[in-house]
Amino acid sequence: MSDVVEKTLTALPSLLSLDSQPGSAKLSSNSKLGNLIRGITELTSKHEEEKLIQRELLLIKEQVSSPNTTMRQMKELMVRAIYCEMLGYGVSFSYIHAIKLAQQGNVLEKRVGYLAVSLFLNEGHELLLLLVNTVLKDLQSTNLIEVCMALTVVSQMFPKDMIPAILPLVEEKLNHPKEIIRRKAVLALYKFYLIAPNQVQHIHNKFRKALCDKDPGVMSASLHIYLQLIQENPEGYKDLAPSFVTILKQVVGGKLPMDFNYHSVPAPWLQIHLLRILSLLGKNDQSTSEIMYEILDESLRRAEMNHNITYAILYECVKCIYTIHPKSDLLEKAAKCMGNFVLSPKINLKYLGLKALTYVVQQDPKLALQHQMTIIECLDHPDLIIKRETLELLFRITNDQNVTVIVEKMLDFLRISEDDHTTIDLVGKVAELAEKYFRTYAPDNEWFIDTMNTVFSLGGDLLQPDIPNSFLKLLSEGFDSVEEDKKLRLFAVNSYISLLQGDSSKLPQRFLQVICWVLGEYSHLREDLEPGVVVRLLAKLLDMKSSSSETKCWVLMAMTKLCPGGAALALVHDVSETYSSSLDTMLRQRAQELQILSQDSELQAKVLPRSASMEPVEVDSSLSFLDGFVSEALAAGAAPYKPPHQRQEELSRSKALNLEPYGLSLPISISSCSITDRQSPTLLSISSGLSGDSTDFSHKGSSTALKLDGVKRLWGRDGYLAQKEQTEEAPRIEAASAVRSADQLGDNNASNSQTPNPTPSPECDQEKQQLASSLFVGLASQSFLHQMGKSDPTSQRFRRKTKASGSAEQITDPLVSPSDGSDNLLYKSLLDSLDLDVSPPEQTAGLVAPNGSCDAEEEPADADVKEIETPPVRDERVTAEASPHDDPDGSKDPSLASHLPAELSALSHSKVTLLFSKQNLDVSACHVQKEDSVVLVVFISNCSDSFLQQIRLQVDSEELEVSCVSDCPSEELKSHSVAVCQYFLTVKRPSVHFDLSATVSWQPPAGLPLTTQFSYRLPLATFVRALKLSTEEYGAMWLAFSHDTKQNLTLIHDGWDPLAATLDVLKRKLQLHVVEIIGVEAIVACCLQQDQPCLMHCRMHAGMLAVWLRSPVPDLPDCLLYCCQRALQEL
Amino acid sequence: NRWRKLRFLLLFNRQGKLRLQKWFVPTSDRERKKVIRDMIMLVLPRQPRTCNFLRWKDLKIVYKRYASLYFCAGLEEQDNELLALEVLHRYVELLDKYFGNVCELDIIFNFEKAYFILDEFLMGGEVLETSKFAVNVSMEQADTLQE
Repeated sequence: MSDVVEKTLTALPSLLSLDSQPGSAKLSSNSKLGNLIRGITELTSKHEEEKLIQRELLLIKEQVSSPNTTMRQMKELMVRAIYCEMLGYGVSFSYIHAIKLAQQGNVLEKRVGYLAVSLFLNEGHELLLLLVNTVLKDLQSTNLIEVCMALTVVSQMFPKDMIPAILPLVEEKLNHPKEIIRRKAVLALYKFYLIAPNQVQHIHNKFRKALCDKDPGVMSASLHIYLQLIQENPEGYKDLAPSFVTILKQVVGGKLPMDFNYHSVPAPWLQIHLLRILSLLGKNDQSTSEIMYEILDESLRRAEMNHNITYAILYECVKCIYTIHPKSDLLEKAAKCMGNFVLSPKINLKYLGLKALTYVVQQDPKLALQHQMTIIECLDHPDLIIKRETLELLFRITNDQNVTVIVEKMLDFLRISEDDHTTIDLVGKVAELAEKYFRTYAPDNEWFIDTMNTVFSLGGDLLQPDIPNSFLKLLSEGFDSVEEDKKLRLFAVNSYISLLQGDSSKLPQRFLQVICWVLGEYSHLREDLEPGVVVRLLAKLLDMKSSSSETKCWVLMAMTKLCPGGAALALVHDVSETYSSSLDTMLRQRAQELQILSQDSELQAKVLPRSASMEPVEVDSSLSFLDGFVSEALAAGAAPYKPPHQRQEELSRSKALNLEPYGLSLPISISSCSITDRQSPTLLSISSGLSGDSTDFSHKGSSTALKLDGVKRLWGRDGYLAQKEQTEEAPRIEAASAVRSADQLGDNNASNSQTPNPTPSPECDQEKQQLASSLFVGLASQSFLHQMGKSDPTSQRFRRKTKASGSAEQITDPLVSPSDGSDNLLYKSLLDSLDLDVSPPEQTAGLVAPNGSCDAEEEPADADVKEIETPPVRDERVTAEASPHDDPDGSKDPSLASHLPAELSALSHSKVTLLFSKQNLDVSACHVQKEDSVVLVVFISNCSDSFLQQIRLQVDSEELEVSCVSDCPSEELKSHSVAVCQYFLTVKRPSVHFDLSATVSWQPPAGLPLTTQFSYRLPLATFVRALKLSTEEYGAMWLAFSHDTKQNLTLIHDGWDPLAATLDVLKRKLQLHVVEIIGVEAIVACCLQQDQPCLMHCRMHAGMLAVWLRSPVPDLPDCLLYCCQRALQEL
Repeated sequence: NRWRKLRFLLLFNRQGKLRLQKWFVPTSDRERKKVIRDMIMLVLPRQPRTCNFLRWKDLKIVYKRYASLYFCAGLEEQDNELLALEVLHRYVELLDKYFGNVCELDIIFNFEKAYFILDEFLMGGEVLETSKFAVNVSMEQADTLQE
């Protein structure tokens, strides 16, 4: 079949020219899309294409917003918009119309609407909220196709918090008579399970029903859910193992309808799912494994057809056999089967064979021996991906005899690899091997330092920070033998001196930093070396343009440790002079230290003692050593320290000057003054205790990029070969094959004997034999079989996390901005067309709005409205202060509250406040607190008897991220009607209050357009949500957060327990979550958004409540503390 | 740690023109553009008869060329590349069955149909329906409604 496709598709180039050939006639070339495509094809330059598309987009934009466009035309326009979007042009204006099309079109138009929505909008897009009702309606439709479409779109993207709205309907579909509906419903539930597992917890028994469905398709779909569930909790589903085995038996036995066959293989996707499930269930479980041996054996036997899909099944089968409790004859068969992969001339199969081998050598390293020649061939394969995969395999069979060869191979690959991701990954592995084997077997200083040098040079600045860290740690901690340690350090010093004497401008910054540290620390070990020489070499780095200021800091630190005399001292002076006026504060600090310490050698020796490099430093993070200084200053009349929020409050009371932009200062961070002592940075031990009195600062933000906390020693002295211990445990299995491979090794050692694999020339052959004996040495001697499923320490280590890959994902959602140049055109034409039915302005002005809300007396007392013509005066703008927990019933204008969108009306909202009223236009607003967000709802009501047009609302804030959920839905507002706009608010920067400034503009029936500004204020409390944590999680988070503040608060002394009473108030007013109360102490947690937590520790002490807040977000502790103060004062 | 089959599916031609894009996990516009650009740069220079699997960042890329069109899928590390290759193949077969001797032009001019077929075949990145017959029936049902 694929040949047919190939053949027909090769005829394409002639068709592509799009001449008036008969072949292109059927391709609806006279449609508008056809014209567009043809137009683009004819263009020669990218620039022309851009012009054409922009023109096209203008046209589409005009038509989609025209009221006369039918849904049929809309469908056609949407297809064109999708096409333009695929070419990479923004079509955000059409998003809302796509939703409309899905809402209002007939089945086919709807389908295009849904398609456009699923292509345009991302899972988190705000506009998706508008889709909820449409989906609800379609799920209840009697038309099967509509139901299918709704289920499809639901499984692609659905707002997480709206799942409860449609969940019952989707569940209902599990009982639908049509199997396709049931199947889609199961997959939709699977999707829900993935994005919101808690919400589908109650329907687990329905999944079981789906598993027993009479339609194999539905059963097959339910396996997706089971695979996920079993992966999370294999123990909970052991009882299902026999059922899965039976299903697999039936599938393999060809009991399914022919429909499920794929190239005459019965239901391969289903088989693979079952094999994966079985491997999860059989892992570490002998009795469960035993019931699957038979079917696995049969699967291996049955899959003999030579087709990709059978190989895909075999691959899963082999993996399964090697994952579950081992059975020797099955293992043998699986190994043989894998041999077919590896030996296959088809490159894809070879690749998969290598991958399978990589998986199984973790259990049984000598399997690699059987395929050593193939592996060596793959190592020289022209296709890099094969090479890469081979290295992955070699990495896992490394032992102390072949490590140097394997590392060399990896470094060779690194030199030609251009892919950053691969580089980071491989560099990490090389460093890991170098370190591990350096620690475990006879230390070879030269090899180790050279390898690490290559790692640092090749890895460049992509290197994971823990590699230099653990390298330096290794150097500074050393081994048991002092003499050996000295040799190693000396070797490193020599190596670096010669590197610096060469061209050092090409060396990566991280490497330079390592060099600086080592030279600063250990160059004194080389007795023939004058410190002055080292200082001069280091000074050269300062002059290089490529050196970052961070590297310069390291250079200065190294110089500080070196304490040269003579001519070099003058150089040091020059350097410290130069950099003490640097703009970089870190650099300035280092320069100051250098200046002072280089002049006072006694002090230098005291601060940076050479011999003390092994003793941990206690950091007094409470800064208690400053107590004397503070009390002296206070005695001398200095003002006592006030936390920033308190200062801000006092300032705002006095109102003398508006210093708002400077109001919040950062909490002091010790991180900017780390210590330049003669220490391995890893040895900084930071004492930490939850209820201690001293403030602990974590050194997270420290400018030294070598982040040293959390670096684990992943390799013990026994290293990767920890399996040695098991040699006694499991040698009985597979004794036969061990003998065989030992024989083979003997062959290799003989080196001139024959191998079963054909090789091109005897010379080449010998070379390869040699390589083979160096690569696979030591494998046969370890006749051990890794206990199945015993988690291998290496397997976690293989997957190093790389930070670089995630960085691109931090992109904020694009906001829908409907205004651009084309608006002017629309604006004019609208004015023209509406000239006729517009009433004169006097008439409008004379009409009194029936609800009287435009009466000036009803405005808030402190409100004043300024036209845009007069320069806006900051203090005189309309300000509405809204409190978060006002009773909705007490709202000023209950009629407006009824305009709240359906999905918000159930939630508690603040009082609807009239913000201003002018020229028959009233603007009111309230905010709604959703579970994880805050929505601002603005009501624009037209109190006149005539149309208002061109209504525009723009909302902005400095501290808040404002994103539009639904802009004014209509450009014009009918008389006595209300337009509702919604905005999602998220916190950009914490503040005590958040001010939103908004501009509304509109066009009265006659006269000039008017613009008014107003503002709306929300307290921080609106955004605070309870953060449900366990005490353990709390403890872990507490230590990780760097911004904190402390203060004493007044306790509330009513009732029997002041602590509980006070916490109760805070809980009620600020929605804080009390994690635990222990005696006189309590821990409390809350968060702004999911990612902005704030933790609070309270302790009753001397009639006050001593609170201590911590958060990763700057300013948040201060602001929250202020809120707590206010909440307690207001009682 | 999820067993998600596919992250994305892209169709582009030898000239590097995108013909179809499907994202099975939420991906921002910028990320999408980057992936598309990288995939085209990665796949187009590949020689015939080389491996159909590639690495890109932490993903496995599986691609296959059918005449002038490249079908390219991104999947997660632990997934089965060979199976993904067959997913691409089955999609081509489905297109072929529907259009009858499918060619690039069919997909250009009727790309919405190509998307609909894909939606019948895969749902949320998982294989939903492997039967050519069944997919064709649901496509025809929808098409008859149009008339």
